[in-house]
Amino acid sequence: MADDSKVTIQVDGQTVEARKGAMLIEATDAVGIDIPRFCYHKKLSVAANCRMCLVEVEKAPKPLPACATPVTEGMVVHTASPLARGAQKGTMEFLLINHPLDCPICDQGGECELQDVAMGYGGDISRYAEGKRVVPNPDIGPLISTDLTRCIHCTRCVRFGEEIAGLRELGATGRGEHTTIGTYIKHAVASELSGNVIDLCPVGALTSKPYRFTARPWELRQQAGVAMHDGVGSNFWLHTRGSRVLRAVPRDNESINEVWLADRDRYSYLGLNASDRLLTPQVKRDGAWHPCDWSEALRVAAQGLREAAGEEGGEQLGFLAAPNATAEELFLLQKLARGLGSAHLDHRLRQGDFSAQAAEPRHPWLGMPVADLEGVDAALVIGSHLRKEQPLLNHRLRKAALRGAQVAFLNPLEFDSNFPVAHSLVASPVALVTELAAVAAALAGASGKAAPAGLIPEGTAPGEAHAAIAAHLSEGERATVLLGALAVAHPAYGQLAALARFIADASGACLGFLAPAGNSVGAALAGVLPHRLPGGDDAAASGLDARAMLEQPRRGYLLLGVEPELDCWDPATAASALDQAACVVALSAFTSPDLLELADVLLPIAGYAETSGTAVNAAGDWQSWNGAVPPPGEARQGWKVLRVLGNEFGIEGFAQRDSREVLEELRAACADLAPDNAAPSAPTPTQPVLDGLVRVGEVPIYACDAVVRRAAALQATDDHVEACVHLAPADAEQLGLNGVAQVSVTQGDLHLTLPLSVDARVAPGSVWIPAGVPGSSRGPACGPVTIDKA
Amino acid sequence: MAENQTELLSAASCAAIDAELAKYPDDQRQSAVMAALTITQDANGGWLTRELMDAVADYLGMPAIAVYEVATFYSMYELKPVGRHKLCVCTNISCLLRGSEEVVAHLSERLGIGLGETTPDGRITLKEVECLGACANAPMLQYGDRYVEDLTPEKLDQLLEGLE
Ligand code: SF4
Ligand code: FES
Ligand code: FES
Repeated sequence: MADDSKVTIQVDGQTVEARKGAMLIEATDAVGIDIPRFCYHKKLSVAANCRMCLVEVEKAPKPLPACATPVTEGMVVHTASPLARGAQKGTMEFLLINHPLDCPICDQGGECELQDVAMGYGGDISRYAEGKRVVPNPDIGPLISTDLTRCIHCTRCVRFGEEIAGLRELGATGRGEHTTIGTYIKHAVASELSGNVIDLCPVGALTSKPYRFTARPWELRQQAGVAMHDGVGSNFWLHTRGSRVLRAVPRDNESINEVWLADRDRYSYLGLNASDRLLTPQVKRDGAWHPCDWSEALRVAAQGLREAAGEEGGEQLGFLAAPNATAEELFLLQKLARGLGSAHLDHRLRQGDFSAQAAEPRHPWLGMPVADLEGVDAALVIGSHLRKEQPLLNHRLRKAALRGAQVAFLNPLEFDSNFPVAHSLVASPVALVTELAAVAAALAGASGKAAPAGLIPEGTAPGEAHAAIAAHLSEGERATVLLGALAVAHPAYGQLAALARFIADASGACLGFLAPAGNSVGAALAGVLPHRLPGGDDAAASGLDARAMLEQPRRGYLLLGVEPELDCWDPATAASALDQAACVVALSAFTSPDLLELADVLLPIAGYAETSGTAVNAAGDWQSWNGAVPPPGEARQGWKVLRVLGNEFGIEGFAQRDSREVLEELRAACADLAPDNAAPSAPTPTQPVLDGLVRVGEVPIYACDAVVRRAAALQATDDHVEACVHLAPADAEQLGLNGVAQVSVTQGDLHLTLPLSVDARVAPGSVWIPAGVPGSSRGPACGPVTIDKA
Repeated sequence: MAENQTELLSAASCAAIDAELAKYPDDQRQSAVMAALTITQDANGGWLTRELMDAVADYLGMPAIAVYEVATFYSMYELKPVGRHKLCVCTNISCLLRGSEEVVAHLSERLGIGLGETTPDGRITLKEVECLGACANAPMLQYGDRYVEDLTPEKLDQLLEGLE
């Protein structure tokens, strides 16, 4: 029976089935018939401006562009007939008229679409004797180099800006031969996805600035890898030469990152080559650091922790791990902690409230596969600067919004969005809870479902926006309620999560967690939690969580990839606990100033490109990779260091020969566990009394982890943030701070002076002071703050 | 983001732009961009500043770059001050074949300026434009809203003499 959605065409004598309405080039691409092209890109709209894809279609009076010609039943196409070839060669000749012959000094050489196509369709000799045009190169920021004389005006970069990044940044100005691609007024390309134009540009007009002139593509080896800086787990290729990673480019995976990479994932490799890598084990004696060999360092570490534990055993030991460590490292860390009798281990370094941790799912996740996010009709995003926090999840949600999904945000300040937002509720951290309760109340009213007792404060009266959000979530066939990093950092996170859960239940929406880092989910599965074992089973007795084990100082700590001053929710408390401890062992890739200050043993470990490993992304996808380069100096893969440390302590179960064996153990422990956001129990979260001004300690996009913080090019972008204070105009007015440049910031006993911006995006009562940024306030990421004239 | 610049547009300009906007559906405000640029340029003595283009972008709710694209594509928009008289010489293919290079050379020599320049006394601006659709009578130029066709050195001299 004929399928109505398909048509059958003939291409070069071959019968090809194609989707009705598809462009010819899609049909030929699908069966591997090659048609040259420059402007066509499967993820962008059709521009049909380069004319390279001309083919002969029988009964058409002249050659037609395959990228803009819809297939029709019975169409007969010749892609290589004399007419087609003539058209293609003619186009090629015109394209080369103004293209410089500078391939020997062009970074694109060897991977240039123009070069490749010119090999096939170009003439050997140019007939063009006139002058070629020359175009000045605008500086468009630290990530992308421009050589616009090479531009062939395909407008892929322009369409990317409009259609994918959601910002028109690059544009084609001028006309004809005078057309240039630029920003007209030079300003850095401000999209967090900007680097993708490098891959899109078919010539060497837009190339990677940090990679520039460092290698030829044929000198590079490539190794598959996975990005660890957000919950997406984007796939990339690491391109290496010798023992250095020279760049990262996207590895297509439709279900995760499609063909894109966020700039953070593309350029974080620069941090691996930072000058402060930790290259040898070191021990501190009498306040001075001494490099030593591994056996000594491990012996000192084991002895130090043993002594710190003393009679009480593991009770006096705390274990903190960064959520972007590999699953293998996390699993062995967990084994080590529990083997030493400690239940004080955690990876939730930036979480502000653990009172309802028993309700945290055993296998938390986004609630759906990454790709499904673009199919939702309604979403409520709670406490997230989504665009900077999870750039490619934002991209998926943006697609949904452009299709008409009603997306609402509830945030302590109004973040810029690159898509239409149906409702933006902006409320100080104090009011965040009541705003969310108002949405819950609207749903309780409409759905007749009763909220758990005490969850919605007496007298909560939903407003119009709350009712509208509730209605969108209920009416949406596929709706979602998402909890982001600012919710997690909130001192009433338990309550926010409980409200979100009720809202999702009552509206039929799906609850989702925006995993803050590449392995947040993996860390939970590996049992790096005080209350859960690997595989999500409850621990016999719950230990101290990430906050408690610092507020109730232990005598010994082991840190995995943590920079306490920048990665912890409350850096000052963390520093004080570590400072008092008898022994702090840090596994780290970098010699951070805070570790030099606070640790007693430094064990150098591999960065993400230097180790084999596995990560479980926000959607519960397990992804493994092999090391692309060896770790520098004496550094070793973290899982190996932990394994030897386990042996040093004489603990059972540290005999794995390779990381795969570690992974197998973890997978076996998780065999019965599927992603599921159901709450294992329903504890009553504490409801902290918050009042007055509250700090919003957002972690800026390029401050998220140790590697990213060291990626110089990212730090040179406009998204780099210096420590500062942003205050709502009403609060500035009330505090008499209008026109004041510097203010004094007080959190508890901590005082410091920071520059002030009065910022209309900030909700009254919120004080935006970034976290994860050197020189910022060292108090809790979300907590009371006082602002005075300096 | 640049600050909202729409206050740079005079009330009269806004009224004129609104009249153009009325011709299009409400969600197609960018359709009025060419008219809006013309109105703004006329109100500003014949040329557009970047701030004015930003103002038009804000007024119509378009990305600024999209307005720059229009303003730089069409030759009737000026991005620098121009002289009292603007001579737009077509140098596109038909005119080229029929001697537009000589037309440009003659005008340059008479006026002492090149393409894209204005005489020091602010009298005349010489401008290169793409095909104006009068190929049949190439070479040609546009002066004001008038086409001068089948150009010869004599015709050009005659034209120049008539300009204040
Ligand atoms: S810069 Fe590259 S991507 Fe952009 S229009 Fe030119 S050739 Fe195309
Ligand atoms: S690829 Fe078809 S016209 Fe450019
Ligand atoms: S080429 Fe000059 S008018 Fe057409």
